[in-house]
Amino acid sequence: MKRKLHEIAHGRAGDKGDITNVSLFPYRPEHYALLREQVTAAAVKAHFGDMVRGEVLRYEVPSIRGLNFVLHGTRSGGVSSAPDLDAHGKSLSFGLLEMEIEIPGGEG
Amino acid sequence: MTKTLRIGCGAGYAGDRIDPAVTLAERGNIRYLCFECLAERTIAIAQLEKAADPGKGYGPFLEERMEAVLPFCARDGLVVVTNLGAANPPAALEKTLEIARRLGTGPLRIGAVTGDDVLETVLAGNDPVAETGVPVRDLGDRLLSANAYLGAEAILPALRAGCRVVLTGRVADPSLFLAPMIHEFRWDLRDWRLLGAGTALGHLLECAAQVTGGFFADPGVKDVPRLEDVGFPIAEVSPDGDGVITKVPGTGGRVDLRTCREQMLYEIHDPSAYLTPDVTADFSAVVMEDLGRDRVRISHAAGRARPESLKVSLGVREGFLGEGEISFAGRGALERARMAGEIVLWRLERAGIPRDSVKVEIIGYNALLGPIAEREFPVPSDARLRVAARLDDRRQAERVGEEVEALYLNGPAGAGGARKSARPVIAVYTTFLPRERVRTELTIREAP
Repeated sequence: MKRKLHEIAHGRAGDKGDITNVSLFPYRPEHYALLREQVTAAAVKAHFGDMVRGEVLRYEVPSIRGLNFVLHGTRSGGVSSAPDLDAHGKSLSFGLLEMEIEIPGGEG
Repeated sequence: MTKTLRIGCGAGYAGDRIDPAVTLAERGNIRYLCFECLAERTIAIAQLEKAADPGKGYGPFLEERMEAVLPFCARDGLVVVTNLGAANPPAALEKTLEIARRLGTGPLRIGAVTGDDVLETVLAGNDPVAETGVPVRDLGDRLLSANAYLGAEAILPALRAGCRVVLTGRVADPSLFLAPMIHEFRWDLRDWRLLGAGTALGHLLECAAQVTGGFFADPGVKDVPRLEDVGFPIAEVSPDGDGVITKVPGTGGRVDLRTCREQMLYEIHDPSAYLTPDVTADFSAVVMEDLGRDRVRISHAAGRARPESLKVSLGVREGFLGEGEISFAGRGALERARMAGEIVLWRLERAGIPRDSVKVEIIGYNALLGPIAEREFPVPSDARLRVAARLDDRRQAERVGEEVEALYLNGPAGAGGARKSARPVIAVYTTFLPRERVRTELTIREAP
């Protein structure tokens, strides 16, 4: 069954200029494999659409069951000169958590 | 050598709360209290203050923070390390001395570290702006500040000299915390594993409450007890670089695997190559163990050789940000807000401000998550139009808010609560300098 990431995972967004990183961690250890499989860099890029102008990179930190997404080109011109309401992009973690993934057998 | 070192974080940004730092000084049983108070733009603003008054240009709330903690430095031997010197560490030193005298703290050695200000160096050189490739010197008088990120090495002479307060300008955030570890444990400045491990702990501490429950709560999903009284973090560091993140018992907030994991990757790109002036830290195999009672053990962070050059943050004048907001309510609120946005765009375009330079967003609907929000959420009953543009000319920037405000009488029905502003924009760019072109210096003064 399809579930929102928000139901099974948490994360945090931070900025370095025009680049935003969003981390993602499952609440339950057994969901880490699902995240690795389905929340790919390409899927995240597609999910954010026009909000991310550049590439999306994904890094894995299995020892803390974390994924780290680096989104290039999320602000127009970096933190201090972006006209966006959230100039830092700190709210973008909740954008990622709106993504849907397929959980086999409807478990969890 | 087996004793652990307790380091607290007293601030995670320029405007952070002061009472949690006092709690740490009073009840944290800490030897060091580090305040990270310098956002990327803070130093450019401080540079402007220094230009207007040579006795100013230190960080915000220096006086309040020093008044709160100096008595502990004098009485308990607490050592404060902070980048509150901002654009003017010598002025911060004078101000801190004055406060120590006024409070009658008794003898207190205070140090100021300078050398991060490389404005003249970059204006005289051929170094390019990393983001644009244009030589830094071509920025001319738009360039307000250029500050190299100094490392822990710059702080060590002050600690060796017995300073109880160390005031710096731009220092990499984790280096503020790493310096005491290197000093106390006599770590070798080329022992990359130890420096990487210490940097991991410094990184977890540097945003203060962000590792103890701040920036974390999501009611019903991720609950945090007594967030209103959230305690700031402490690291108990072992001589081998491992450590425990915790907080003062009885304070609000929480320290667990979730808070620590989120903060570990905060503002990180490649977790195996976190670059600081001290080390290329590697968090890619970091291990966390929940010991219970707000204690999480951190181990297996590593490191490789430090980068050859130092990162320099450039504060650059970049015109003005003009903003206007106005709200609509009830049925059709979203349609009226959209209509209002179109009207403003048309009016601004006629005044010579192109549409593609103007950001139109609807707060409560799509301002933060754009198309994701439009796809996933129902239409709001409150729709607040926000129009913003960064423009070179102040008068043009003011026009943005004026056109929004004029919707009161000239726009769709039921427009309320207009606000407008226009303020100077300071953008932050980057360049790099070889280490040998950055020289640091220490000035020491004694409070009587």
